[in-house]
This record gives sequence, structure tokens and C-alpha cells, in this order.
Amino acid sequence: MIQKSHECDVLIIGAGGAGLRAAIVAVEHDPGLKVGIVSKVYPMRSHTVSAEGGAAAVIKDFDSFDLHAYDTISGGDWLCDQDAVEVFVSEAPREMIRLEHWGCPWSREESGKVAVRPFGGMKNKRTWYAADKTGFHLLHTLFQTTLKYDGIVRFDEWFVTSLLVDAGRCQGAVVLEMATGKIEAIRAKAVVICTGGGGKVFPYTTNAKIKTGDGMSLAYRAGVPLKDMEFVQYHPTGLPFTGILITEAARAEGGFLLNKDGYRYLQDYDLGKPEPVPVLKSMELGPRDRLSQAFMKEMEKGRTLNGNYGPYVHLDIRHLGKEIINSRLPFVRELCMKYENLDPVEDMIPVRPVVHYMMGGIHTDIEGATPLPGLFAAGECACVSINGANRLGSNSLTELLVFGARAGKSAAQYAKTRNGFSTGLKSIYGDEWNRLQKLYIKKKNGKIRIAEIRDRLHNAMEKGAGIYRSEQSLFESQKIIENLQELSHEIRISDYSSVFNTEIIDALELSCLLDIAESVIQSALCRKESRGSHQRIDFPNRDDRNYLNHSLAYKRPENFPEIRYHPVKITRWPPGERIYGR
Amino acid sequence: MTIFWWTRKKSYLRFILRELTSLAVAFFTIEMIFLFWSLKEGPDVYHEFMEFLRSPVLVFLNLSAMAGLLFHSITWFNLSAKAIVVKIGKARIPGKLVASVNYIAWIIISAVIVWILY
Amino acid sequence: MQQQITLEIFRYNPDDKEGPAYKKYEVPFRKDWVILDALNHIKDRIDGTLSFRWSCRMGICGSCGMKVNGNPVLTCASFLEKLAPGPIRIEPLEYFPVIRDLVINMDDFMDNLKKVRSWIIHEKDDNLDEEYLQTPDQLSDYKQYSMCINCMLCYSACPVYGLEPGFMGPAVIALAQRYNMDSRDDGNKLRMDIMNAEGGIWHCTFVGDCSAVCPKNVDPAGAIQRYKLEGARAWWTRWLLPWGKE
Repeated sequence: MIQKSHECDVLIIGAGGAGLRAAIVAVEHDPGLKVGIVSKVYPMRSHTVSAEGGAAAVIKDFDSFDLHAYDTISGGDWLCDQDAVEVFVSEAPREMIRLEHWGCPWSREESGKVAVRPFGGMKNKRTWYAADKTGFHLLHTLFQTTLKYDGIVRFDEWFVTSLLVDAGRCQGAVVLEMATGKIEAIRAKAVVICTGGGGKVFPYTTNAKIKTGDGMSLAYRAGVPLKDMEFVQYHPTGLPFTGILITEAARAEGGFLLNKDGYRYLQDYDLGKPEPVPVLKSMELGPRDRLSQAFMKEMEKGRTLNGNYGPYVHLDIRHLGKEIINSRLPFVRELCMKYENLDPVEDMIPVRPVVHYMMGGIHTDIEGATPLPGLFAAGECACVSINGANRLGSNSLTELLVFGARAGKSAAQYAKTRNGFSTGLKSIYGDEWNRLQKLYIKKKNGKIRIAEIRDRLHNAMEKGAGIYRSEQSLFESQKIIENLQELSHEIRISDYSSVFNTEIIDALELSCLLDIAESVIQSALCRKESRGSHQRIDFPNRDDRNYLNHSLAYKRPENFPEIRYHPVKITRWPPGERIYGR
Repeated sequence: MTIFWWTRKKSYLRFILRELTSLAVAFFTIEMIFLFWSLKEGPDVYHEFMEFLRSPVLVFLNLSAMAGLLFHSITWFNLSAKAIVVKIGKARIPGKLVASVNYIAWIIISAVIVWILY
Repeated sequence: MQQQITLEIFRYNPDDKEGPAYKKYEVPFRKDWVILDALNHIKDRIDGTLSFRWSCRMGICGSCGMKVNGNPVLTCASFLEKLAPGPIRIEPLEYFPVIRDLVINMDDFMDNLKKVRSWIIHEKDDNLDEEYLQTPDQLSDYKQYSMCINCMLCYSACPVYGLEPGFMGPAVIALAQRYNMDSRDDGNKLRMDIMNAEGGIWHCTFVGDCSAVCPKNVDPAGAIQRYKLEGARAWWTRWLLPWGKE
């Protein structure tokens, strides 16, 4: 049903860091606005909660905006839009202070000022942190702060199945209420997508179950291009079985990465000389892509260890001592003890690179607006782009705040210029209702299990579009994905209940994963160079002449997406070499 | 929920026992009131009351009330650190210390009473 | 070592005419599997109709709390090995209405969180040029209470929450305390009125199980007892001392 009571001025899809920040901005911009937040999970379950290390923002006298911008741009291998980066670094401190005023329990110096720590790829100490649960505190602070605004209305555990697009603009979404199975339309004058990334297209990932790229897929199906999807960040230190992340802070505090011979192998990969204490932007504090690539090279040389879940190396923090581990890395210790049954005070931690973050996402401008009027996006699901070809650790939490706020404000302003909705929405809603009934809710005689397709998808992505790619590997995976897309019409649904039907949700998520997969593969195939996290064995060098461009993937029916290019915005920092440890 | 919900878990049972031992506290209080009353009524009534207390039933009652009271005091003393958070300078006093202050006070007060009596 | 382990899972679907029932599933017994891995194995390979919530699988999102062999736990942090040889009984968290299978309705908590004003209340102006100073010592005053992941285990351990329909329950009160004890907050008095009212701290009889089951050592029982002490002190000063307006 299209219910008047569900109507919003601004509808936010996704209730993680970016979504909650956007909601607060919108309602503060004009307290008369009705701001809806729809999310497939309760806000405090959103994956922002898992971020550990910290959030970067210039606050100390020894630091400057230009230094932060340069680290970000060089870290992103010059694929960042520099105007966006400049906005980002200059708005970051106020966003962080605002969060402090809302109660975020940032770790402090003795004087009472906010403490900062070093972080991978950052030349200066500028990472704010709340012990090693920064994302958790950030999310809960934002969520609890949203509770004080009566203008914010939540739709918890509602799953968005499609956007309502008519008369050339986005006017809301069709939503499945999980508790009842009802399919409703929420009309809204502006929509902001803040649904996070889609790391679940890969098998080994730090990403939570819910990170299935739903929002990216919503925009993609509505004709909005996905930008720079080939850039997938691996985090060099995840636990092998569970993909649980061991934060970069473990290395920033002085942890070593050791191969099977106990040798700090990063020194062989142009990442600096091994020193007993951590040196910024060097060795273990090099950028994530280079560390993950070094792991692959070690593996080829047979210098990694082998376990039940494939090859791994050791992260050693024993020399820090129990006291430092307990005070600065308590969560690392807790995770190791609870999930891998080892104590990092006494044992080395087995780690391997795991998929962590998608630099790419919904194409937006610096204000968070997508090419589709009325549709905005922010956070990991969006690509502004400040992350370029490789995101620096601790920039993403800050990005949620800065661009969540920008997108929320743009959406609120846009919403105020609109009154009423077009009449075509009713039939669009009807069509979507029918599609859902046919493909999922009333689907009979399916043959293949959802998990089966998902497993095959994982294999194809790991093999073809992992840390190193080639035309051949990508082609092979593309064929598999094509086949899986056909098979996905044959999925077997066994649950026909209307109440909290998680099988239907799994099926809907799978269809999103397949969209993400095709856009990653096609974008990776077309980019015939190596840059940042995108490493092509057949094109090992960066090629600024042809590829100092963002790739834009446009959905095509019954086919892989069309890739177009869009120039990178350079303001003050001409492309140079990325240098670490020298 | 049934009224026997406290039988399902050891911790619930311990809780109910602790709550029930407040009956022992009440018992002693009433006994004390009678004691004062008998004192006020003169030596005859007082001796009669003392004689009454020597009966095996009362001795048994007093002993079990004593056990209950001990359980009551000890469990509450151990829990006191939850409610009372003391900081000296920057360090939070450990819970065991807070509890032991209770015990020490208990011992001192008991000693003073014994000293007055004998 | 045994190869399989049996899970007895509470199944309930309001759409079905039959009432709730326990259903048995055999899953591989693996050393590195937690209960949640076993549930996912069932969902993916044996019975797609099983409904439960989960997300991060690292004990921070708070979604996967259930009752395992009678105890409320995070299923992502409960190894099968520790529960061998089985069978293991898995039920939804107690004292909540069940939506379906292992999924509970937690609207009550969400409403109460708003009721206790779990956000910073400022009386000062908001100057975004600098942060409020807060020493590590002041931070440590409330840090423990800020660690709540809203997993609802403490509610499921609290018989008072089951017996007293209006009781706000442990986590919400601990979160109110989290803001009370924050040096940046001025909302203590406002929250005290809510806490002293029906549904507040005085329902708590200090069973203490909420703190025992908390996976993040938040100690809600301690938070509530401290609140009671503070509430009692405020009450006495208000009524007994002529100058006692706090």
C-alpha cells in the first residue's frame, strides 16, 4: 500500500554512521521536516559498529589540512577528486568535535584534550580513537543522539526492494516490512542511500552478514552509475576462518608482520627498513594495498604458513607486553581469545589479507548528489571520491560524518523545493509488488539453494577479482557470474511465511551481490593498468595517460554493464609516485 | 512466569535465600523489642523471658536465625561494592576493599559490644 | 572425537496452526564452530525456514543473543566444543514476545531508551571550535557503562523484567547512568525523576544475574544500585534538610 502516514520529506536508507548523521543534519536544517530512516537491521547493528582503529581529522598544532590531503591523495594513488579531499579534510575536525559534544567517549590525553594515534599511510598522528572500539562508540553516540529528535521516524527491520523513480526523479522506495511481510511504498521528496559496501561478494572478508551492497544495487538498477567498482581494499590482517579484523592499531602500537621464518618480510617490498619501534608510513605502517600485495608475493615464494583456512602469516605483538596490550588493544586481545582461542600476550596471531572496504560506489558529486534528481548517497556505498584507488585507514569513519552531513543537507534542501508526488508511483509500486510475488514470495519449484549460488560467487570473485587480476582470470569469473545470474532465477524458496522471512531477505541480498559482482568484474576488465588496490598482472604499471579517470558502470539489461570514464579532478597535487619507507 | 521461577537457576535460588533471610533479621528485631520490654517490666518478667529463651525450640530458632543473618550480612557485604564506588585520587578502590571495610566495621562494633557486656 | 552434534531448536511461526515446538537438527561437530556457525549451516544446507538474527559474528553488533541450554549468550561467542556432547537446546531470549523462531520483539527496549534520554544534555552553548576537556580519569567514570551493545542478554537474565511489566530493565538504566556520569552532561536531575518513577530503579531487587551474563562487563546491576544510592540521598536531602534543594 501507498500510505500517507509513511510519507517523508527525506527518506534515508541505511542507519549506520552516514545515515544517522544525514538524518540529524536534515532535521536540524529544518525541524519541520519529517525524516524517515529505513534499515534492514536496528541502527546499532549497522556495520559501522565493527570499525576499530579510529577516525582521522586534523586537530593538533603540528598537523595541517594540506598534509592530511596529501596523505589521502597519494594513498589513493591520485585517483581521488582533490576538490572533494580538500572539503573533506577541512570539514573533518568540526564534525569530530560535534561528535565529541554529543558524547562520543574519545580517548584522552592527561590534559583532557582528545588523544590522537598514528595510522597506516598517515604521515602525522591524526587518528582520533575510542580505545579500539571507535566505530562502536561512534555509531551508538549517533544513534542515541537521533533519539532526541521527534522529527526522525525509524522503520527498523524494513528491507528496501527498489526505488520509486518517476518523472525523472527519485520519490521514495518500495519496502518489505520484515516482521509482517507487508510490502509498502514510502514516498519521499528526497532519498539518501547510506547502506554501506558489498564486501560479502568475497569469501574472506571483515564485512558483516548484512554488507551485501543493497543500496549500490538499488541505485544501479535505477540507472545511476557505480563508480570505481574495481577498487576493492584488502585489509592485510584478518583472522583466517572468521575474517575478523585485527586493527591496524596493533601495528601502529608496534606489532610486526612475520613470515614462516620469523622474518619481517615487508622490508623486501620497498616499504622501508625494519626498525624496532614503529615509523610512520613505513614497514608495517605502509598502506593496506601494498601490505596485502606483499603477502601474495610471499605466498608465491612459499614463505607463508599453512593452516585449515589457507595460507597465513604471523602478527606478533608479544613484545609490547601485557600492560600496553590491555590498555591500548584490549579488543584485539578479546577477539583473539574469544574467537581463535589464543592469547596475543603469549602467542603470535595468524593473519591473512581479507576484503575490507569498497572504494567504489554510487557516483555522487561533492554535495552527495547522484545524477538522478532526488537521490543522494553517502558513506561506503557512495563514491565521491576521496578514497581513490585505495582508502587510508581511519578516513572512512570521518567520511561517514562529513559526507553523511553534506548529503543530508543537500537532500533536505532539495526536499523543500518539491511539493507533491507524481501520479505514476502507484503503478510502479504495483509492478514492484508483482515482481516480488513472482520472483520470491510465491516462487515455486526452484532448483538451487541460495547458499549454493553464494558459494560459487565467492569462489569466482576470489579467483578472478582478488588481490591480483588478469584479463583471463576476470573473463573466467565473468562467465561464472553470468551463469549464476541465470541460475538465480531458479533459486529454491522453502519458506512461504510472511513473518520474519529471512530466506526471502537472503534471496533479495543475493540478487544485489550479483549486481555488485558484475560491476566489479567489468570495471576491472576495462581498466588496463595497475593502480592502488587494482593490480593487473598483465598491466603492472600505472597509466595516467589513459586511466587518470573514474570508471562509471551503467547497468544494461541482460548484459554486463557499460563502462564510461569521467576525469579525475586535480587541484594542487599533480600525480606523483607513492613513496613509503623512503 | 510461575511462582517457582527461582528454582530454575542457582543464582536465582541464592537471591531468594538472601531475600528470605530478611525474616531472620525481623525475628531478631522482634526478639530484641521483647527483651527491652521485659527489662522495663522489672526483674521477674526479665527472668521469665530469659527462661523462655532457653527452651530448645527457641534455641533452635535463634541458631537458624543466626545462620540466616550471617548469610544475609555476608552476601550483602560482598555486594556493597556494586553500589558504593569510591575513588581515591584517580584510582577506583577495588571492590574487595570496599567489602572488607564492612567486615572490619562489623568486627569492631561486635568487639565493642562484647567489651561493654563483659 | 564425535562427528555430529544435535541441536534442539525452538520453532514457532504465528502463521502455522501448530504451536511452538522443538525441532532437532544434526550438524557437524567442529572445534572452531560457534553456535551461530551451526545455525547458518542449518539455514544454508538443511532447513531454509529457520529464522534468526545475526550480523557481525564478532560480538559487537549485539544481534545474535539467544538462550543456549537455558543461559542467555551471544551465539557468535559460544563454541560447540564447550557444550559437547549435546544435545544443545537453543531458544529465543526469555521474557520477550517471540516474533518467530529465535527472533524476539525488542520494541520495549527501544522505547525506553528514548524515555530515559540516553543522549548528552547540555546547558552550555555549543562551540564547535574546540572539544570539551575530559581527563582520562573522568572518562573512566562512565566508560564501562558506555560499552553496552544492546544485546538484550541482561533482560533475559532478569526475573524482575519478566515479573514486572513496566520495568525498564538493566541495560536502559545502565545507559542512563552512562550519561549521568559523563562530565559533559547536565541531565542527571531530569533522568533521576524518570528513574524514581514507576518502572524505574526501585523495581530492581538486585538479583545480579544481569551483570553475570553481560558479554561486555557493563555491570548493569552495579549501575542500578549506584542509582538507588544516589536516588535515596537526593530524596533525604530534599525532605530532611531545610537547605536541601541539592
